[in-house]
Order: sequence, then structure tokens, then C-alpha cells
Amino acid sequence: MTSSPFPRGKVSIVGATTFGQGRAPGFQSSDLAAIAARDALAQAGLTPADVDGLFFCHPTDTFGGLSFAQYLGIHPTITDNSRVGGSAFQAYVEQATFLLDAGLIDVALIAFGNNQATATGKLATTIYPMTYEAPYKPINPVSSYALAAARHMHQYGTTQEQLGEVALAARSWAQMNPEAFKRDPLDMETYMASRTVSSPLKVLDCCLVTDGAAAIVLTRTDRARDLIARPVAVLGAASATTHREISWMEDLTVTAAKDSGARAYAAAGVTASDIDVVQVYDAFTINTILFLEDLGFCPKGEGGRFVEGGAIAPGGRLPVNTNGGGLSCCHPGMYGLFTLVEAIRQLRGECGTRQVTDPHLAIAHGNGGVLSSQATVILGSPETI
Amino acid sequence: MTQAPPTATYFQHLAEGRFMIQRSPSTGEWVFYPRMVAPVSGANDLEWVEPSGLGTVYAVTVKRAKPPAPNVSIAIVELDEGPRMMSHVQGIEADQVRIGMRVRARIVDGLDDNKIVVFEPEAAA
Repeated sequence: MTSSPFPRGKVSIVGATTFGQGRAPGFQSSDLAAIAARDALAQAGLTPADVDGLFFCHPTDTFGGLSFAQYLGIHPTITDNSRVGGSAFQAYVEQATFLLDAGLIDVALIAFGNNQATATGKLATTIYPMTYEAPYKPINPVSSYALAAARHMHQYGTTQEQLGEVALAARSWAQMNPEAFKRDPLDMETYMASRTVSSPLKVLDCCLVTDGAAAIVLTRTDRARDLIARPVAVLGAASATTHREISWMEDLTVTAAKDSGARAYAAAGVTASDIDVVQVYDAFTINTILFLEDLGFCPKGEGGRFVEGGAIAPGGRLPVNTNGGGLSCCHPGMYGLFTLVEAIRQLRGECGTRQVTDPHLAIAHGNGGVLSSQATVILGSPETI
Repeated sequence: MTQAPPTATYFQHLAEGRFMIQRSPSTGEWVFYPRMVAPVSGANDLEWVEPSGLGTVYAVTVKRAKPPAPNVSIAIVELDEGPRMMSHVQGIEADQVRIGMRVRARIVDGLDDNKIVVFEPEAAA
């Protein structure tokens, strides 16, 4: 095993929160992010003035990081508003950890907010149409993920009902999360009867379109211990990009999560079987199946069978997307940061009736574009350092 | 030849009724979509060549339309020369398009002034 350059356990998370998941009428995206940022900082007794590393994604503002620094009234030494899709936030954790460990920054704030649902009712996007796909009018991103699902079904015999199992599990978790947007009961009959958008994906295979904001705060672990009782340690993080449009994804059944996951596990010195709670970016039901495979929770091709019988639902063999995920909790355009917040909340024991029993290791996996960009973070309780 | 803007050249070829893609002689790799620089190698030798027009459906999704508008297939077709491209498979009900189906390219009118490449089952051609 090659040694990882990742500074395992040297950085910890001292604040994590969400705001306005679902509908937050009247607010601008930056208002939502600022509220989440203020609250996350307050958990550690910090204020915006303490932040010298700002990592921020705005749904449509190309200069979002600058705008948000201005909003907070701070002059960060590191400002990063790089955009690799919904996995940007996991990549921010990776980069902030190196920067914190190297001493270039002392407090990193990662924040996101989006008011798309109440502002326009549609997915807010600045995505540039691709000359060689646009003439065929795919309903993106649905059609791209549908192509991946179709290929997985063809190659591995994955069924519509197995996709449905993912949607049902997400809804069951959401019913235990007061912050989740979709909490009405969902059964397989309703799932199967729901409208197909781009085969095989149905409306209920697709994530929600909601408002929402989230923020997390990182600092070096020695300082983190002075700020709060039980900081959550960053044990490993890694990223990988394979393509932009689905037409140029090498194998539609294997994502770069295989690569980012392997490097994140190596950094953390753990394997999938050690993980107590799993949060993956479920933009569509097929994502959960692909990421469970690529992150090593089951062999390639077995994801559909793995999720059968409520295996990832409450009471199942592996707790996955315990907040209800992008499918039933919230999906404000980019969901990556919400997987991190839920993983942190589980490790801090803040999850009420959906709390997993005494978890020490959590994985939070982000996905960007159309399975294009993947980034994995492994978090641990203080005992895991 | 490689100095001509690749996107304009591609659509100019289609306007002339020719489906042309690129190949890098130094690597032997066929390339789609058109570029100025060969992927991976960075070679400067991309030239325009005519593929066989034959390929295989690698993946397919059907966009559900509101009746009476017909459903539309959106496929990723793997050309026999290697590269993949997004396209429609026409001349067959959208729901009948299968992964693994052999298809042949055809040039048709696109949404704007450009011509585009679609495919139809090889057997029907």
C-alpha cells in the first residue's frame, strides 16, 4: 500500500448546519448561505471575521466567492469558487485540509445557498450547451443519467423496482427528518405508476428542486479541540474527473468514485466495511446504486440487488442518505455540501429519531455534472484520530 | 487541413452531404468530437476522414412526449472506428431501439440551419 500525502486527522470540522431546505421565500441565494454560515461559525464561537479561507459556490454568479466575501465583509487570503458541479464541496474539504495543515489559512468556511425553487421554480444553471449533444435535445441532466441507468440494466440486469427501492428508502429516512421537504409516504405501487421522464427514469427517480443552504467550518484539530467538545475529524478526501458530457464517459456503469473513493480510503486507512453511515449524492436513483458499488459497499453490478428489501432504508443493513437525500430531503441545485452536513450530524449524534447508533466513521460522497466529477470525504469521531 | 476551425469544418462537411470525423495518424485513434489538438497525445496531426457510418447502440433512453407528439430516442452510438456520439435512432419506434443494435448513419436537417447525423437500423438501410 502506498502512503497517502493526505494530512489525516490534522483538520476537524467545528461547525455544520443547514438553512431553508425546501422553500425559503423572499431570500436571495446569498442571504440563505449567509444565515447557514453565521450559524455554523457560531457553533464554534466564531464569526465571519475569523474566516481567512472562503470556499463558496453560488448557483449562477461566476464571481460568487468574491460576492460572498463582500457580503460577509471579510478579506480572505484564499477565495475559491471553483465549480466542478455538486462535488465541489467535497473537493473544497480536500483542498482546505491541505491549506489548513500547511498553515496558509486558519479557519475555512465552506458555504452554499440557492433560492431556485421560490425564485424561478426551476433548476438554476449556467451550464453551457454542448455543440455535439444539443442538436438531439436531451432533457439534461435526466437523459444523461437515464442513459447510465439503461446501460446498468442492460449489463447487470438491474430492474426498475430496484431503482424504486432507492426512492422508497430515501423517503423513509426523510419521514424521520423534520427538515426534509418530501415526507409523505411512498410505496412501490406509486413509484411504478409515476410518469416516465426519460426512460428508465421516472419522476420519482429524480431529485427534488428546492431552495436551501448549508455551511461547514474547518480548522486545525488542535485548535478545534479548544473550540468545541467533539470536533469531527477529516480522515481522508480525494477527487477525480473523467468527462463532462455523458457521451464521452468511458464506461457508463463505472464512475470516478471508484478512484476518488480508493484514494480517500487509503488516506483514512479504512475500508468500506468500516464505515458506519453513508451519504452519497443521489441526484437520481441510479447514483446511489453506482456509488454503493464504486465506493466498495458491494461488487460492481450488484448495487440493484444490494438495495433490495429495504437494505438501505431505516432498519436495513447499511444506513444510506439518512436525511432523505436529494430525492426526498432537498436538492437546491448542488447537493454535495448537504451530504457532508448530514454525515457530521450523524457523527455528532444530532439526528433524533433517524440517528444511527454510535457511529464513528462516515462517508460523504459528492457527484458533479453527469457523473463527471466525483469527490469523496471520510469523516470520523475524535476517537478515530 | 488541421488549421481550419474544427466545428465549422464538421458542419460544412455535413452541409455538403459528407459525415467526416477526425483521426490522428501518429496514434491511429479516431476522434469525435472535432478538435484542434488530439486528445491524450496532444498531437497536432488530426486529419478529416470518412468513417464507415456503421455503429452499435451503446446506451439509449426514450424521451416521453405528450401525445400526439411521438416519443424520441436519444442514444449513444459507438462508431465502428471507436468514438461515441449522441444521436437519434430513427426509422423505428423509439421504444424498439435496443442496446447492441447495429445502426447506420444518415444526414438529416437539424433544429437550426445545420445538418445533423442520425442513425437507423442497419438492416433497414
